[in-house]
Amino acid sequence: MKAVTIPVLVGVAKLFSGATLRWVGCQPDTCQRVYFANHTSHLDALILWASLPRQIRSVTRPVAAKDYWVRGPIRRYISDVFNALLIDREKIKVHNSPIDMMIREIGDQYSLIVFPEGSRNTESEMRDFKSGIYYLSKKRPDLELVPVYLNNMNRIMPKGEFLPVPLMSCITIGPPMWLESGESKNDFLKRARNEIAKLREF
Amino acid sequence: MFGLLDKNTTILLLSNLTVLAALFGIGRYLKKRSSVDIDAETVRSFSRNMMAWMVVCVVLALALMVDVRFTVFFFWLVSFWAQREFVTLTPTKPSDHRTLFFIILVFPIAQYLLVGYGLYDLYSIVIPVYGTLFIGARIAFANDPDEFLARTAKLQFGLLICVYALSHAPALLTLDKLQTWNGNITAWELWDGSKAGLLLYLVVIVQISDMTHFIADRTLGRHVIAPKVNEFKSWEGLITALVVSAIVGVFIQMFLPVTPFQYYGAAVMAIIISVMASSGTMTMCAIKRDRGIARHGMLVQSRGVLDRIASLCFAAPIYFHVTRFFLEVESLEEIEAANAQLQVLLQTGCQLATCI
Repeated sequence: MKAVTIPVLVGVAKLFSGATLRWVGCQPDTCQRVYFANHTSHLDALILWASLPRQIRSVTRPVAAKDYWVRGPIRRYISDVFNALLIDREKIKVHNSPIDMMIREIGDQYSLIVFPEGSRNTESEMRDFKSGIYYLSKKRPDLELVPVYLNNMNRIMPKGEFLPVPLMSCITIGPPMWLESGESKNDFLKRARNEIAKLREF
Repeated sequence: MFGLLDKNTTILLLSNLTVLAALFGIGRYLKKRSSVDIDAETVRSFSRNMMAWMVVCVVLALALMVDVRFTVFFFWLVSFWAQREFVTLTPTKPSDHRTLFFIILVFPIAQYLLVGYGLYDLYSIVIPVYGTLFIGARIAFANDPDEFLARTAKLQFGLLICVYALSHAPALLTLDKLQTWNGNITAWELWDGSKAGLLLYLVVIVQISDMTHFIADRTLGRHVIAPKVNEFKSWEGLITALVVSAIVGVFIQMFLPVTPFQYYGAAVMAIIISVMASSGTMTMCAIKRDRGIARHGMLVQSRGVLDRIASLCFAAPIYFHVTRFFLEVESLEEIEAANAQLQVLLQTGCQLATCI
């Protein structure tokens, strides 16, 4: 069943987003990575995932909000198709840390797509990043952190709308970064946010 | 022979493809031979244009081989692609989202369905009249009066150029009976050629005009028309394009009669098409300058569909209307009546002449 739905879903996502994928200072690779991107639309995760080359797509799992993606059979099915890692935003506790769950789930094979802004942003400026990617790279310093800038997604499906409008969009993937030794949490998060902001200029 | 293509149109298509392929080859050769006096960017852009036209011709040929509806569908796809580029380049606000849904999906599909069914009375007014009213009202209902007129105008302009204007190209296929002048002084007769010829004539002349304009601007161009809009487009280019189009038009009609026009008719049509094609290119340049080219390069890679078809969009409606006004007839009786009238006129003329 998935063998049919994946190409269909990918095709529809590509058609609706008209996305061009650009690798700037970064090569497509199946090594373990964390793609982190700005977040403006529900379609972000789906479109970014669908636009990745097939081999990379098959080992990449978007991290998404459980409360949105388990509502209704269609969303549940879609999140199952793109192998999403669903995080329960309400039950984040010390003993139930999503970071541990992510590390457990990716093992030594999968890459992740995360949106460190936490929720969708309606402003043109990015919000401050949540600390998740800091703790993630502290526990797994070998993961490549790859900044991704998504342009125009908010116009395809803005917050609060349910019908997507097929416009064009652009996905820019920038050079990987890592947590420097001794770098503080705030410095690191600011640097990561800056990496995405820089990609706007390309 | 196949679908809408008869012998003449097939030959025209094939020779057109051959010319494009030859020019593409020359472009490739020039690119390899890195000479100082030819700008590499110009050559690359020329080769890309040839490639794009070849793709268009092949797909259009395949569509014409099937039937009218399929060709209409093909043009809808082109419209869809061009319009999403247009809207992508034009800033809209989140409150325009639902209006966008209508102008990208609902209106174009309605327009092309009406064209497919040949309902001229409807497809000639739906977008310019009801579209305009709808866009204004829908944006007003969205409760956001900020820059209201500018937003309305942008969406309306995109819809008019990318959808309404372009839809007149496939509409040529749905014209009713066409009359043609058979060479005698007093005789119209029914034209028995394929309507695909009319469409191909338009496409080929637009292409020739664009190509000549491009080359003449860079070789003969002295007087630039509007340097702030485009630093290349010159009066010399425009006039060369016009003359070459007219000559090619007459040649096509002479050796491969694909249209119901006489030689002079073919020349006049080619001139109209060429002028409109140049206007379309200039307009698109102005829009791009207004939006800033840097943004354009970012969202829409290299040159998009919109740039290439702007000339066709501008030429299609007037070509369609002139053809329809002068040559379309409802029935054979109409042709006979026209002939009888001519006969009377001629006799009166002769009598007058003998009196004098």
